[in-house]
Amino acid sequence: MKVHEYQAKALLREFGVPVPEGGVATTPAEARAVAARLGGKVVVKAQVHAGGRGKAGGIKLGDDAAAAEAAARQILGMRLKTPQTPPEGIQVRSVLVEEASAIERELYLSITLDRARATHVVMASQAGGMEIEEVAARTPEKILREWTHPALGLGAWQARRLAFGLGLAGDPFKQGVGLIRSLFALYLGKDCSLAEINPLVVTRDGRVLALDAKLNFDDSALSRHTEITALRDIHEEDPLDVEASKHSLNYIKLDGNVGCMVNGAGLAMATMDIIKLAGGEPANFLDVGGGASPAQIENAFRILSSDAAVKAVFINVFGGILRCDRLAEGVIAAVKTLGLRLPVVVRMEGTNVELGKKMLAESGLQLATADDMGEGARKVVALAREAA
Amino acid sequence: MSILVNKATRVVVQGITGREGAFHAARCKEYGTTVVGGVTPGKGGTTHEGFPVWNTVADAVAAAGANCSLIFVPPAAAADAIMEAAAAGVPLIVCITEGIPVGDMVRARHFLQGTASRLVGPNCPGVITPGQAKVGIMPGHIHTPGPVGVVSRSGTLTYEVVGQLTGRGIGQTSCIGIGGDAVTGTSFVNVLGLFSDDPETRAIMMIGEIGGTAEEEAAAFITSHVRKPVVAFICGQTAPPGRRMGHAGAIIAGGKGTAAEKMQALEAAGATLVRSPADMGASVARVLGR
Repeated sequence: MKVHEYQAKALLREFGVPVPEGGVATTPAEARAVAARLGGKVVVKAQVHAGGRGKAGGIKLGDDAAAAEAAARQILGMRLKTPQTPPEGIQVRSVLVEEASAIERELYLSITLDRARATHVVMASQAGGMEIEEVAARTPEKILREWTHPALGLGAWQARRLAFGLGLAGDPFKQGVGLIRSLFALYLGKDCSLAEINPLVVTRDGRVLALDAKLNFDDSALSRHTEITALRDIHEEDPLDVEASKHSLNYIKLDGNVGCMVNGAGLAMATMDIIKLAGGEPANFLDVGGGASPAQIENAFRILSSDAAVKAVFINVFGGILRCDRLAEGVIAAVKTLGLRLPVVVRMEGTNVELGKKMLAESGLQLATADDMGEGARKVVALAREAA
Repeated sequence: MSILVNKATRVVVQGITGREGAFHAARCKEYGTTVVGGVTPGKGGTTHEGFPVWNTVADAVAAAGANCSLIFVPPAAAADAIMEAAAAGVPLIVCITEGIPVGDMVRARHFLQGTASRLVGPNCPGVITPGQAKVGIMPGHIHTPGPVGVVSRSGTLTYEVVGQLTGRGIGQTSCIGIGGDAVTGTSFVNVLGLFSDDPETRAIMMIGEIGGTAEEEAAAFITSHVRKPVVAFICGQTAPPGRRMGHAGAIIAGGKGTAAEKMQALEAAGATLVRSPADMGASVARVLGR
């Protein structure tokens, strides 16, 4: 799960990571009020779940409260398009108004999981403010890494090593060590999957601050952090994704026209691949899960067929825990409830497959069937092409 | 021969009084697996659907000689269940549970390092040696004994390849689902090593997916250690970057972990790459000369 920068910064503050003074605003008048309270120069930043905001015109400087109001008026309501947003952009619904900082140095700091070592890694670099992937690709020696102990966490000595490596000295060094340790406490305490501060700045008056902040959270741990789930902004998510998550379905909307309904994530990915190999484009990833009930099959069918781009549907199920007869029951119920306006190809295999096939055959519905994945993909791609 | 489980495997099911635990304990037993009973804290001394229940894994080991644990405990308590099984000295722990917090698994993995236990999973279909023992949730009837070792990060995609193999009359030595999470107990490299040392395994079918570097590590290991034919399929060739494709571990992050990179590494290691998931069985048949 992702949160907005202003929400991330509130969490940083709570854990003792210094951030610039500021406040969130949803109207130009509110932005003006925040700026007036702060006094002096301010930065007005679009709050969307995507990076690259500055280049896209989503971050503006203002000399005073009136300028902040004008900047907020420009940014609020705009559809911000960055390399990280969908092509149509994301509508900006709030801005963060912050005191402008006089920056001496820009640094980089992040914490995430290192899968290969099965532990958390803290990364720091003097090359702040840049795309870290680019830094990693071109000059990997400029990124410092400290792997934390799986049980003991980040040692103070490791935080010191990172702070020295960042070239900090004197009071900023002490602040830096404290900041790194505080960020790790937040990362671990809130079950983050990523905590990234880019840039981490040293100001001309010697303060070390998180100028930007990105926090992602482990979806599997959200059940023990209700305060984090409360920060979810469904406006940032595709409406069909939101609807699917209500029914515990794993759905991701894609750009093609062949709707897919599959059990299991691996088979669902492989089904997308085989549609592409057959010359088509998948409209979605949809994993109905191992033990889907007929009601869940019905919901899944409704969600994927409500995507207007879908011209044909491929149901590919290898029954294990999910028995083919239960799948057939769900499909028949869904088609009868929703009406069959799309061609559907069903391929099923595994537990109770004969019963499932019989149920589909006797349902009186015009469903195409296939004996294997390859045949199913070819059939559904041809049907989608005819319907397009 | 086979790897990890066989006729001598004695399974204790952690979370046996839950719906999934009870259902699959019965399916494993039906298949012919020796399921000695289950563990549910607080229900020790009772029986559940014919299975004896103990309070602790240690009790199950002492009373019934359990040498394998199959875990269906809910996600919030599953990492603890893994550590309990390891502390009780159970040599093989198979964790089916999906959705264990990553932070919990980092600690559990570390705990396992000081023990003699091997963990398979979590978020996996389990382990089966056809005709001998099924320790997991896979449909037993699609499997048949034979010469192919199967290892995969996915569940149903594993059933798919097994279905294709059995349909062609090609059996399996053992099939291992290592799980789709970012932190798992057993890697491709571990299983490739076991299959490599198993005299009955004549070819290895490996199914990887996007995300992480486990397939690249497998490729390096194949180059240096594996002298048997390996057939590989990587799913997620069409997955968009930055989106988690169902499995917590299946995500292309920062331009890394793409299917193309993994396929390239495996091909360079001499593995036979399968482009279409419909051709997995046929490709294995070819390398076996059938």
